[in-house]
Amino acid sequence: MNGFSWDWAFAWEVLPMILSAAKVTLLATLLGSIFAIFMGLVFALLRRSPSRILRNSIYWLVEFIRSTPLLVQIFFLYYVMPEFGISMSPLMTGVFALGLHYGAYLSEVFRSGIDGIEKGQWEAARALNLTTIDTYKDIVLPQAIRPMIPATGNYIIAMFKETPQLSAITLLEMLQVAKIIGSENFRYLEPFTLVGILYLVFSIVAAYGIHQIEKRFPKEGFTLK
Amino acid sequence: MEFGEIVSVLLQGAVVTIKIVAMALPLAAVMAFIFGLIRLYSPAPFKQIAIFYIEFFRGTSALIQLYWIYFVLPFFGITIDAMTAAVVALGLNIGAYGTEVVRGAVQSVPKGQYEASIALNFTARQRVWRIILPQAFVNMIPPFGNLAIELVKATSLVSLITIGDLTFKAKSLADTTLQVGEIFGVVLFLYFIMSQALALLFKLLEKRLSKGLGRGGIN
Repeated sequence: MNGFSWDWAFAWEVLPMILSAAKVTLLATLLGSIFAIFMGLVFALLRRSPSRILRNSIYWLVEFIRSTPLLVQIFFLYYVMPEFGISMSPLMTGVFALGLHYGAYLSEVFRSGIDGIEKGQWEAARALNLTTIDTYKDIVLPQAIRPMIPATGNYIIAMFKETPQLSAITLLEMLQVAKIIGSENFRYLEPFTLVGILYLVFSIVAAYGIHQIEKRFPKEGFTLK
Repeated sequence: MEFGEIVSVLLQGAVVTIKIVAMALPLAAVMAFIFGLIRLYSPAPFKQIAIFYIEFFRGTSALIQLYWIYFVLPFFGITIDAMTAAVVALGLNIGAYGTEVVRGAVQSVPKGQYEASIALNFTARQRVWRIILPQAFVNMIPPFGNLAIELVKATSLVSLITIGDLTFKAKSLADTTLQVGEIFGVVLFLYFIMSQALALLFKLLEKRLSKGLGRGGIN
């Protein structure tokens, strides 16, 4: 078997399999980012809570999640959680791990976004007798979202690029499928290269998309109603 | 297995992890400087090569790069052992992110510094090496510290190409002893300690290097 040159026939043969696995990758990214945005908001708002103990424990939790490897967190959720009676499928485990990991990163983005709102806005909301929830919902978040878009987008792309780690808990995403194809055919060149190119293409398209979203977003904010 | 035994096996793995970090970090720093400076200052063909390297390594996953180097290069007759593949893949990956740190830090040096060095008739080379880089270097330390932590975390990927690092040891211990809670708990803690230690090191470095530069107010 000649492994030195690129085999187009083989590449075309394996491309459909890899593309169908791309659906799993994209699904994990989509669900993971929804969960991450949710967790990020929760962390960011808890960091602003009046209780000092709560603030500090969230700070260390976020710091801990951010400074330990995603792969180990995936293993932890996959192998340790069942001991507490919580069994999840590889996909759900992956979504939780990605969401938690990137939620920790996003909480810093959201926090600085919220901190970026002028003090006068808070004071005006207080003067107008708005409740805390209304202040966030109608005054702060609508203005804070636009500046958060680029950083949030970058983290979502970063998350997308970390989905191959879910192959370690047997999720059949792109890289795992490519590896199986490679070991069955003793040819790794085409499947791995195709996966690499697909990641590159998806990342570039996503980066362009995020830029467009940011550009189209009203600068003065919008109502969350 | 006793808790002490588990910890001692895991510590052996941690040593391998530290070794990989110690080898990949200098490689990443060298790549970051070389390609960061090429990206900034080189003429056409080299600049495009640097952009290709940066975009390629930043646009695809570290794990794919690792697999590519480990599984695909042998087909081209380049067989490298797992350890070298790990150091090269991680070094190139983190190095690609580092180029942006170098670029950002150089561009953050105030324009007046360029103008003053031109006014004082420095050559282009002197301007870069004597005026710009020494000031830019301090700005690079905090983001490089973050990248170093990213590197520590990324080393866990090498367990997937059968290197006996901390994650690999944890996984195989977990498979044999089934004491998953203790094992992964200890492993997370060890990674946390390593990352925090590295963060502290970079903070000290920053403090040390920014002495006499008149930044950060009076202290």
